[in-house]
Amino acid sequence: MKPTGNNRMLKWGAPIVVGVVFVLLWDYAIRAFSISKFVIPAPELVLQTLIANRGLLFGSLLITLKITFGAFFLAVLIGTVIAFLFVQSRVVEASLFPYAVLLQVTPVVAIAPLIIIWVKNTTAALVVCATIVALFPIISNTTLGLRSVNPGLVNLFRMNKASRWQTLVKLRIPSAAPYFFGGLRISSGLALIGAVVAEFVAGTGGSSAGLAYQILQAGYQINIPLLFAALLLITVTGVALFLLMVFFSKLALGNWHESEVAHER
Amino acid sequence: MSAVASIVETASPRTPVVQVQGADKVFANGTRALDPIDLNIRPGEFVTLLGPSGCGKSTLLNLIANLTEPSSGRLLWWGGGHDHVGETGRNLVMVFQDATLMPWARVQGNVRLPLDLRRMQRADSDRRVAEALDLVGLTGFERHYPRQLSGGMQMRVSIARALVTEPNLLLMDEPFGALDEFTRNKLDADLIQLWWKKKLTVIFVTHSIYEAVFLSTRVVVMAARPGRVLQEVAIEEAHPRKDAFRMTQAFAGYANELSELLAAASAQGAES
Repeated sequence: MKPTGNNRMLKWGAPIVVGVVFVLLWDYAIRAFSISKFVIPAPELVLQTLIANRGLLFGSLLITLKITFGAFFLAVLIGTVIAFLFVQSRVVEASLFPYAVLLQVTPVVAIAPLIIIWVKNTTAALVVCATIVALFPIISNTTLGLRSVNPGLVNLFRMNKASRWQTLVKLRIPSAAPYFFGGLRISSGLALIGAVVAEFVAGTGGSSAGLAYQILQAGYQINIPLLFAALLLITVTGVALFLLMVFFSKLALGNWHESEVAHER
Repeated sequence: MSAVASIVETASPRTPVVQVQGADKVFANGTRALDPIDLNIRPGEFVTLLGPSGCGKSTLLNLIANLTEPSSGRLLWWGGGHDHVGETGRNLVMVFQDATLMPWARVQGNVRLPLDLRRMQRADSDRRVAEALDLVGLTGFERHYPRQLSGGMQMRVSIARALVTEPNLLLMDEPFGALDEFTRNKLDADLIQLWWKKKLTVIFVTHSIYEAVFLSTRVVVMAARPGRVLQEVAIEEAHPRKDAFRMTQAFAGYANELSELLAAASAQGAES
């Protein structure tokens, strides 16, 4: 009996079984209770609608993805810079951290109209909104990581007269890596959520219509299968983003960190 | 003292490696960790600081490592003042109870760290890393990650990392305290060989009487509350010592002497 084979079965097999059972139950329930497609469409119909409207939906997906990745990139960039500033001085962190929290707890729906007024370019405005949503996990996780350094190693570096730069590059950054990648996983999902929410508020149609706009339109037209198809695309994108982050994390930490090392025992 | 005289003095082989002159330590909360200590460490000695927990042996080691400052009194390194630790070009290296390895770096990278921090050329540092790993018996494990090694092997990596700088003074703070007895005895035996072969100067902290007797040329017996030196005991057994030394009458005699000293001090502490 190979434990690694079992682990793989569990990791991939179990969720797939749950998914298949769920879709079968869904399909069965629609038939058994003859539920109208205007309430819940059958899985087959959702798939058909997705394929029939693929030009429209994938075009919108591309726009939503553009906003998501833009926001995610900015959040990682800004969040990391802020975290490095926080670690340089306790005063800076103490003065600014409450405002980072403030940014986090303010619902983006509430400030999105303002940002859309302030920022002329709609896409840019949406990116700003989504960045605000995705920023906090990067700041808090990276700060925590940069501070979570083994004190013994700090002493070792000090006794070897390591410069500030050497300590940062050779000690603090590698120590922070697991926390940083944890932040990436949370933040990537939030960037997508932020993009969709901001699109809802902006309600942008025409050539720059994202998936949220398609959902809104489908709702107005009571085209529930189309709504489900757009929803399906968003969730699949979210899962794909998460898996991408898991892949990066494994790539960076796979050799040494507890969370990524396959347990041999 | 003129500058020239000072240089001559620091260069003399008989100059103590470290002189602790009435140094004590009172923590910020008022706890007296260490009464004033006078102690000289000469080149080539293997000195063990032995005592129960709370006797200030680690505090004394941290003073010697220049990781903390004495509350009063002073320390001289290689005959010079406090600033000289960094300026003499001599290496004072510490091995901790934890192996304190970087989990993200391979054995090779961990051992090379002190040389990397000194910006040594890779060709030179690779040669010295290979030598150090050979000395601790870890040749062939260069590409392993710390988590793939046992506790004893991780400790060997930690010692190799200390040796790679060719230390003039090696400080060891209960380095084998977390290991099982068999592993500890093996590492002790290897360490004393290494000390003999490389003519190291070592200050070693332990609470194991047997470890102290086996390793030391001199044992500094310490007591707690407040931390102080009770007595210094020279272990006059020829080197290089082998495992068989543990079975001799002389070994038992030293062990008895040390445990009586420690027992008397702790009984005294209990009365007061």
